[in-house]
Amino acid sequence: MSRYFTEEHEWIDVEGDTATIGITDYAQEQLGDVVFVEVPDEGTEVAKGKEAAVVESVKAASDVYAPIGGTVTEGNSALEDDPALVNSSPEEDGWFFRLTIADRSELEGLMDEKAYKAFVDTLD
Amino acid sequence: MRYLPHTDIDRAAMLDTIGADSVDALFSDVPSDLYLDGPVEGLPLHASEMAVERHMRRLSKKNLAAADTPFFLGAGAYRHHVPATVDHIIQRGEFLTAYTPYQPEIAQGTLQMLFEFQTQVARLYGCAIANASMYDGSTACWEAMVMAERITKRTRVVCAAGLHPHYVSVATTLARFTRASVDTAVPVLEAGAGEDAIIDRIDEETSCVVVQYPDILGRIPDLQRIADAAHDKGALLIAVNTEPVALGALEAPGDLGADIVVGEGQAIGVGLQFGGPYLGLFAIANPRHVRQMPGRLCGETIDADGKRGFVLTLSTREQHIRREKATSNICTNSGLCALAFSVHMTLLGDAGLSRLAAVNHALACKAADRLGRVPGLKVLNDTFFNEFTVTFDRDARQLVRDLADKGILAGISLGRLFPDEASLSGGLLVTVTETSTEEDIEALANALQEALS
Repeated sequence: MSRYFTEEHEWIDVEGDTATIGITDYAQEQLGDVVFVEVPDEGTEVAKGKEAAVVESVKAASDVYAPIGGTVTEGNSALEDDPALVNSSPEEDGWFFRLTIADRSELEGLMDEKAYKAFVDTLD
Repeated sequence: MRYLPHTDIDRAAMLDTIGADSVDALFSDVPSDLYLDGPVEGLPLHASEMAVERHMRRLSKKNLAAADTPFFLGAGAYRHHVPATVDHIIQRGEFLTAYTPYQPEIAQGTLQMLFEFQTQVARLYGCAIANASMYDGSTACWEAMVMAERITKRTRVVCAAGLHPHYVSVATTLARFTRASVDTAVPVLEAGAGEDAIIDRIDEETSCVVVQYPDILGRIPDLQRIADAAHDKGALLIAVNTEPVALGALEAPGDLGADIVVGEGQAIGVGLQFGGPYLGLFAIANPRHVRQMPGRLCGETIDADGKRGFVLTLSTREQHIRREKATSNICTNSGLCALAFSVHMTLLGDAGLSRLAAVNHALACKAADRLGRVPGLKVLNDTFFNEFTVTFDRDARQLVRDLADKGILAGISLGRLFPDEASLSGGLLVTVTETSTEEDIEALANALQEALS
């Protein structure tokens, strides 16, 4: 399994042609207490760079963009009852959705963990 | 003197920033023939306060006021007795907190009032959650249609024939700017509310069915039947109520399968007010739909010391946060009218509302019985609350004018509501509230008998 990151602070775990997507620890920190997450339904076609989910904190709503295109196979239903998972376990239990990758070449240009850490360091 | 706060320097600076040479240049896209080229005709340039008061008094004497005459008008705006206490209480300083209660630490008065108001509306409508109010019944109705579209991802709205034509008109106007298609129908003059005709129009594309309860002819549709048919097709039922007093006697729409219940709250606490401002009510039966709701929501919470307090909540639905993806472009509510509603409702209480409804219905039954004895006049309804339709072989619009000349406001002609429908021209909607007396009813019956003979 390999993990990629985007400048929009999303992480992607890729296993075969399945990708699991969530937001990074840095992103949840910036958002504050997450109170609601809207994940895409199974079967939704998402395109790279287009809105795929919504995450809400007490005073802001942000779009989560699909870092890669594909067909959604599953949304994380645990977030419906416990959106705070995004705060407590952003890069594991608080994942947003899974998809079947349409075009692996879209992974090119995404950052690895080291590059993402360096990118975040430039922000603060 | 003119009360304009800006100096010439201020105006020049603003124009310079905008990039316009002059105020006229700023408004250059307004056609020149629409400009005012002098004083308004008939309006003096100035007058003393006393002279204006005298003039206004003279003008007001030309009105045939609702309180001075037998009065049977309704159709979405109702004359009820509003206790003098309401006007006194809504002017108390405790309620005159910040205009927009975004800072809960200085707006607890407004926030608590909104919370109580929401509770009252939710209970009245038989719903889980009500918002802090909309502009009026018709815009609340439109917002419900848009909300149904968001939930069902479908765009076809089916309006029952009994939906107020002005509400239909607002919906069709606003639908020009959205994806919604609004399927409308005109009522047929029959005793029943035409549930079959409504149900036949629901298909797999339908996002919602919009049913007025009681309907524009005063009939009371079987909401549960329509709700079941709508739900079978995956559509939502929106119930619309224009006379909240009716819900003191009728079963609440939310308990009869309605998913969204909206309406006009004017009848409680607000008064006729020449047609506005009014008060839109909005509530949902299923709490899961709350994120798709438009408008402000006030919630109860606790402060740092564990004390009960109130805040605006779930604001991420609203345009000041969610911008173009907000559920609605309403970002406010009808605060003062909501307060008046809430105060009047509090004074009535559950039992008081039921009693008020019983008095309304009893007087309306008396009126229907009495008018039914007028030769040439038929009472259409087999169900009604406090308004019903009568029919005769005459143009009701003219008849209403003739009776108004005799000092009797007999009702609202269907020709006024449906000007293009010749089939309805002999129909008159008569509304009877607790403000009508038996003498008023007798005067109406006699005047109608005279006019129809």
